Amino acid sequence: MSQIKEAILETNRQGHKAFIPYIMAGDGGLEKLKPTILKLQELGVTAIEVGIPFTDPVADGPTIEEAGVRALANGTTLRKVLETLAGFAHEIKIPLIAMTYLNPVLAYGIGQFAKDAHKAGIRGVIIPDMPLEESDLVHPALKAAGIDLVQLVSLTSTPERIEKLTKASEGFIYAVTVNGITGARSSFEGDLESHFKKIQSYTDTPVLAGFGISTPEHVKQFGSFTSGVIVGSKIVDSLAKGDWDAIENLVKASKTVPLA
Amino acid sequence: MSQTLIKNGYYGNYGGSFVPDEVQKVLDRIAEEFAKVKDDPDFNNELNYYLKEYAGRETPLYFARNLTEKLGGAKIYLKREDLNHTGSHKLNNVLGQILLAKRMGAKRIIAETGAGQHGVATATAAAMFGMECTIYMGAKDTKRQALNVFRMELLGAKVVAVDKGNGLLKEAVDEAFMDLVKNHDNTFYLLGSAVGPTPYPEIVEHFQSVISRESRAQHLEKEGKLPTAVIAAVGGGSNAAGAFAHYINDENVRLIGVEPAGAATITKGKPGVLHGFKSYVLQDEEGNLLETDCIAAGLDYPGVGPLHAYLHESGRGEYVTVTNDEVLDAFQVLSRTEGIIPALESSHAVAYALKFAPTLSPEDTIIVNISGRGDKDVQQVFELLKNK
Amino acid sequence: MTMTTKGKFGRFGGQFVPETLMTALQELEEAYEHYKQDESFQQELRYYLKEYVGRETPLYFAQRLTKHCGGAKIYLKREDLNHTGAHKINNALGQALLAKKMGKTKIVAETGAGQHGVATATACALLGMECIVFMGAEDVKRQALNVFRMELLGTKVVAVEKGSRTLKDAVNEALRYWVTNVETTHYILGSALGPHPFPVIVRDFQRVIGDETKKQILEKENRLPDAVVACIGGGSNSIGMFYPFIEDREVALYGVEAAGKGFETGKHAAAINAGKTGVLHGAFMYLLQDDNGFVQEAHSISAGLDYPGVGPEHCYLHETGRAKYVMATDDEALAAVKLLCRTEGILPALESAHAVHYATELAKTMDPDQIIVVCLSGRGDKDVHTIYDALGGELA
Repeated sequence: MSQIKEAILETNRQGHKAFIPYIMAGDGGLEKLKPTILKLQELGVTAIEVGIPFTDPVADGPTIEEAGVRALANGTTLRKVLETLAGFAHEIKIPLIAMTYLNPVLAYGIGQFAKDAHKAGIRGVIIPDMPLEESDLVHPALKAAGIDLVQLVSLTSTPERIEKLTKASEGFIYAVTVNGITGARSSFEGDLESHFKKIQSYTDTPVLAGFGISTPEHVKQFGSFTSGVIVGSKIVDSLAKGDWDAIENLVKASKTVPLA
Repeated sequence: MSQTLIKNGYYGNYGGSFVPDEVQKVLDRIAEEFAKVKDDPDFNNELNYYLKEYAGRETPLYFARNLTEKLGGAKIYLKREDLNHTGSHKLNNVLGQILLAKRMGAKRIIAETGAGQHGVATATAAAMFGMECTIYMGAKDTKRQALNVFRMELLGAKVVAVDKGNGLLKEAVDEAFMDLVKNHDNTFYLLGSAVGPTPYPEIVEHFQSVISRESRAQHLEKEGKLPTAVIAAVGGGSNAAGAFAHYINDENVRLIGVEPAGAATITKGKPGVLHGFKSYVLQDEEGNLLETDCIAAGLDYPGVGPLHAYLHESGRGEYVTVTNDEVLDAFQVLSRTEGIIPALESSHAVAYALKFAPTLSPEDTIIVNISGRGDKDVQQVFELLKNK
Repeated sequence: MTMTTKGKFGRFGGQFVPETLMTALQELEEAYEHYKQDESFQQELRYYLKEYVGRETPLYFAQRLTKHCGGAKIYLKREDLNHTGAHKINNALGQALLAKKMGKTKIVAETGAGQHGVATATACALLGMECIVFMGAEDVKRQALNVFRMELLGTKVVAVEKGSRTLKDAVNEALRYWVTNVETTHYILGSALGPHPFPVIVRDFQRVIGDETKKQILEKENRLPDAVVACIGGGSNSIGMFYPFIEDREVALYGVEAAGKGFETGKHAAAINAGKTGVLHGAFMYLLQDDNGFVQEAHSISAGLDYPGVGPEHCYLHETGRAKYVMATDDEALAAVKLLCRTEGILPALESAHAVHYATELAKTMDPDQIIVVCLSGRGDKDVHTIYDALGGELA
């Protein structure tokens, strides 16, 4: 079984919601990658989404984009991130998920990427600019290496697409909570609960909510009708400020949501 | 049409030729040659070839639906002279005259220019025909219009900065005539507006009359009738002359010339002689020229073509004025409602149409002559609006 | 048809976009397929192209340029005579009309130097739609007058302060805006780029160039040209010109990429000649990038060619050998501007000057009974300042 799915289900079995923080690799220097990941692990997160910087991150909002700009300025590349991770992979007990745009993966070579990523502790990949229809490009190589390809489901996805996406998604389903790009938001629109329940109805793979979740209240709100949450911009922002208390509060919130 | 209006070089009491004998001799030769070519099928075939293939004619007669609906009166059509190569009606006349020059064996073209539009159009056609070209421009104007000077040079023309008097258009015209007198064996003076001594007003009117030849046929095709009115801006009056020409005998079509309030030669001037011809002139009791105040360089002229003086006096044409503010407003209104940025000159015609159309009924139609595009004026409007 | 499978030209193209946009792309594709067949839509579009844009544009025999080169006859397809001064309006108008039919009320677009922005703002003013244009902050400064022009037309212009603050970043931001407002908004992409169905839609709205050319050259010469030449940035004017000739194997197709300061200097925008493939802005295509897959900045004196990728259909035409992709440098383009001004009294856009340069070189190698058509995609008024600066205000 998928290590990521197993980790999420295990968290749920313990009575908690899954919590997956997003970090931008290389923001503040690649030397920060190891202490950050180990500290998040210590806080009890379920898995970690490791962002790879890219020159043209069209799916990202200002916070993550700026973190990417800083990481690129530090000379961060996909290759260096994987090498750095491989250097302490034996200390990582939770699955890592790489979030990368497609072009750096193509430039790396898909087969080689899959092998090196696995060695680096990567167990899942999210490629925001590669929809399901194009996934044949990378899926076989990832599968061979034992890496999940996580699909995103958006608010605009039609019921037919939701069904296809949920069935294809590996590890978990990344359900986007807003129309738009990543980034902290003060409020959400519409009947999200029934949207998420609809998504979950197609599959036994856990559904996680992401995009815009930035407060312990959001974590509880979305946690109440999903298997867990992904928090990006708020984590990136807090890490840049060194505000670990904020991160701890978010993680704690995931452990106080009653299971639905 | 023009041939019925002009007699012995005069439109009624206006026109004529008040020039030294040596200039007169050259003008007589031009008049003679023009009389030969203007109904010559070969000449006209060649001209029509260049108008179509090079200038991009015919230009559309565009039904401005949004503007019409906004104003809620007459249907408004725009004659799109802005779509000509080099961006205005100027090229119609330039192509005609340069072919005339070729007929006369000229190897060299000279012209005057103020803001540079006529100079660019002339340099353009001269380049295409491989003729030598000299443009006279007031020294002050060459400084203000450095990019247009560069453009003419890019087109291979020689630009001569005339550093006499005020260093403006008038001095450039004088200098061009001196050149013509000296070099008339191989040189043709290509005049840009429907002004100057005879035969220039007639020549310019003739070559610009393609505007109304097209618009009349287009309007008949679209509406099955003639328009209620044709509206055009008047400075020297070449675009208006062209826009009116083929309607002059259609008594029911109102011909409306729009002058800048600050350079309203017909509305506020008196008969007089200026630049070699008799017409209305903006002058005081002593005959001194009055200062003009107009935001469109192309209309900023204290005289007016003799055709318009005549149409005014005979009552066939109506001449009205609009203010600079109304013009600025019209410039913006047409941009926003139709996506067409008109030249500030043409915006005068638009400004009057904005007032006039609502007074008519939906069965009425009017044609507004968009003589040129406003790209050249965007900077100026930007500054004007910023300072408001 | 050069599309081999859905949304792909050979291995190029595709739909590499966030999931949030997939439904919008599908909706766009369905609507487009519908209106493509819809006679009243096509009739309305033809009406505007004729009455508003001023089509058809002449196919002008450049007699003196031909004589100067001393080889093949050179014809110029005069897209510079369109309303707003370039071929861009063909596509902007087509897409705005399509969006209106689809019930969208807002248009978003990106622009580099401002030409596509002005064309889009124009189409929106005409059709009464709200319009927002993203433009790199550097470009906003360099092209202040085009910003004002768009504002005059009622469009909101947003300066993008991110990345290199140029076209690429404007596209990123326009895509983000679209993702966020997809239900009410249509994105008018300005070139034959982006995810399917954009390259197809843009090509179809631009093919009027090639269709007219074909008809005109048959009228004038009673045969097809031996070669057709057009410049390539994203590739919209060229694909519009090439497309109707693709099945006519006897017609050689030449796309001219911008070699900038010289291909060997690395300061260029010649994505096909550089030869690396990748994914950007929704499509798999030739792409200027480093070994890490990071997108590199393109360099060209012509803002309209200054883009690191190239439309997928061109990539396919290159790979199949149907079209040849050659280059012209900044200096060669400048010389071509001067040459066309001097011989024909036509001031071409710097983009189009790249095509003119190559055509003159090609003509010299051909016989007088052969024919070349050059797509003169736009007028050079917008570039006079750049040309002035580049030539130091001096003309030899």
